[in-house]
Amino acid sequence: MAANASQAKTARGPDAAFILKKAVISALVALVLFSLMIGIRTEAGSDGQLTWWTRFGDLAAMVAVVFGGSIAMELLRRWWGPVDTVRVVPPSAQKVFSFAGRALVPALLIFTFLVPVIFYDERYILDLGILVLTYVMLGWGLNVVVGLAGLLDLGYVAFYAVGAYSYALLATNFGLSFWICLPLAGILAAFFGVLLGFPVLRLRGDYLAIVTLAFGEIIRLVIINWQTLTGGPNGISGIPRPTMFGIPLTPGDDGLATLLRIEFSPTHRIVFLFYLILALALLTNWVTIRLRRLPIGRAWEALREDEVACRALGINTTTTKLTAFATGAMFGGFAGAFFATRQGFISPESFTFHESALVLAIVVLGGMGSQLGVALAALAMIGGFELFRGLEQFRMLVFGGAMVLLMIWRPRGLIGHRAPTVFLERNTAISSDLVKEGHG
Amino acid sequence: MNINDILSVENLTMRFGGIVAVNDLSFTAERGKITALIGPNGAGKTTVFNCITGFYKPTSGTIKLRHSDGEWRLERLNDFRISKIARVARTFQNIRLFPGMTALENLMVAQHNTLMRASGFTFLGLFGVPSYRAAEKAAIDLARYWLDQIGLLERADDAAGNLPYGDQRRLEIARAMCTEPALLCLDEPAAGLNARESAALNELLLKIRAEHGTSILLIEHDMSVVMEISDHINVLDYGVKIADGTPRQIRDNPKVIAAYLGADEEEAIAVMEGET
Repeated sequence: MAANASQAKTARGPDAAFILKKAVISALVALVLFSLMIGIRTEAGSDGQLTWWTRFGDLAAMVAVVFGGSIAMELLRRWWGPVDTVRVVPPSAQKVFSFAGRALVPALLIFTFLVPVIFYDERYILDLGILVLTYVMLGWGLNVVVGLAGLLDLGYVAFYAVGAYSYALLATNFGLSFWICLPLAGILAAFFGVLLGFPVLRLRGDYLAIVTLAFGEIIRLVIINWQTLTGGPNGISGIPRPTMFGIPLTPGDDGLATLLRIEFSPTHRIVFLFYLILALALLTNWVTIRLRRLPIGRAWEALREDEVACRALGINTTTTKLTAFATGAMFGGFAGAFFATRQGFISPESFTFHESALVLAIVVLGGMGSQLGVALAALAMIGGFELFRGLEQFRMLVFGGAMVLLMIWRPRGLIGHRAPTVFLERNTAISSDLVKEGHG
Repeated sequence: MNINDILSVENLTMRFGGIVAVNDLSFTAERGKITALIGPNGAGKTTVFNCITGFYKPTSGTIKLRHSDGEWRLERLNDFRISKIARVARTFQNIRLFPGMTALENLMVAQHNTLMRASGFTFLGLFGVPSYRAAEKAAIDLARYWLDQIGLLERADDAAGNLPYGDQRRLEIARAMCTEPALLCLDEPAAGLNARESAALNELLLKIRAEHGTSILLIEHDMSVVMEISDHINVLDYGVKIADGTPRQIRDNPKVIAAYLGADEEEAIAVMEGET
């Protein structure tokens, strides 16, 4: 212990130089970047001519902030330390932490079940809850592809779109009910997952990411341009609302409210949608947890760890990759169908690259492969973003800052360690340092 | 192909652009025996291995494999089918375990195809049917048996990437054995092991041969391993076979010594005569 302390002290000397050097470099970069952006202000004059003046004071302030911020950040980083460093925590505190860790999942689940009861009168919170759960489900779906199989997919929104349009088209054109369309939307999305899978089988890493990104854009462009089928940029409106297994949630005579002899309230539908997406998300979670413990799930994780070794063990990596794409896409399709029935209207604007990036950010932030991490990340990303609504135009700035801090503090995501799928004696988590991210 | 041979490599040639890595190589491996492939660095040993296990498609030549399950032309099979159908397992020169998975999980992944069938290609396994649970239990028992054989039962639940180097080498052999192979191809299993660990490796390989009847094809630099356990040795140099025979014959072959010392034959003979 004492040796460690003295080592830390001797390390402090060169540290100061290192921190200072880093801060100076950051300040220089800031100077170059901001010299034109902040240092010079241009405006169109009264006759349309260009007038400009300098703002060296603001520039100096900005550079000083970057310099100070860089020092503060380095110091904070040292203080927190990287993930998995052994820190001195008293055993009693450790006990509390481990208890809190074990109690977290049931507590979250119970709270989620009770949200419609507690916040029955607050439409805003219920809507936000539905939104968060939609992203939890999307995150869990993408987690199969990115977290387990290690295939970087930047076009996940394509499957979300396929699911949404499948339901919208089947319901508006053929009058099929939500409960028939839901599995169909999943199957269609899975089919598109396989379709994407085939050309990208030989690609890895960056190349895979580019192709999946392109695939997402292709789907969106097809939707915009195939006007006769999809309505193009006008989208599809009048998508039927879901029924509670055939009983509509309307004020009419055959509605649920009349049947139960209670007063009709539009909140009934919101609560129903809340439990619907909760059930769908939990289904995704259950299936993923089961799949992880089955040979296919272990093959996905093995594929992420070492593809060559997989082939040497007789694992067909082609079908293994395709099933990962198909499974992830299927859940995306389910979520898409839910999105369509909740909105009642869909258009290509809902399925931009921004959505793919958001879902991928949730998976990465949560800790790749961790179910709980993804759920917490979705809550932080979607719910947290709403929390900053009062900051108006600074919302993005604060949010971006929070993300940077979080990634410095926990570079492998909120929950970075991996739980083994099978064990003989001890079920100990595996440190994130050993787990590979996959190469595509 | 002799009736007792499990593997017969005939006129194998592998070119990479203008470089001829393996040139018209022929050799056989006898069933239930340990056959070694030795030679100086860059002799083309690993290339031969990669051809046998399907990682490379040979430029020309045939690789025949025959055992109780049937007969295959390995150069025509995909890499994963060679392991799945023809039951050829391999290890790698630079260990390729799944570092983020536990030792036990590594051995479970190796039983993928058996478990896949038992789980009804996932659909039955999803609902935990009893037949799948029985198959999973059997798979765990097999993994436990091999962990015990390599002396790693205590560390079954530790991440493979956390194990010491020697243990990782043995775990990779156990993982290959979990695929229940007819032919086991080991690429430098003793590389980086100390004398005690190599001795333990010898014991393990002899045991695999004796108790499981698995034929072994071995690439090795460590002569204490090769000479002690091999039944037959093939020597490669610059992609050509320069000698083959029993360990004793190879030890006394001037061509082999010349290849290893980088000297010409007369010098080698002179060295040998000087020693004796």
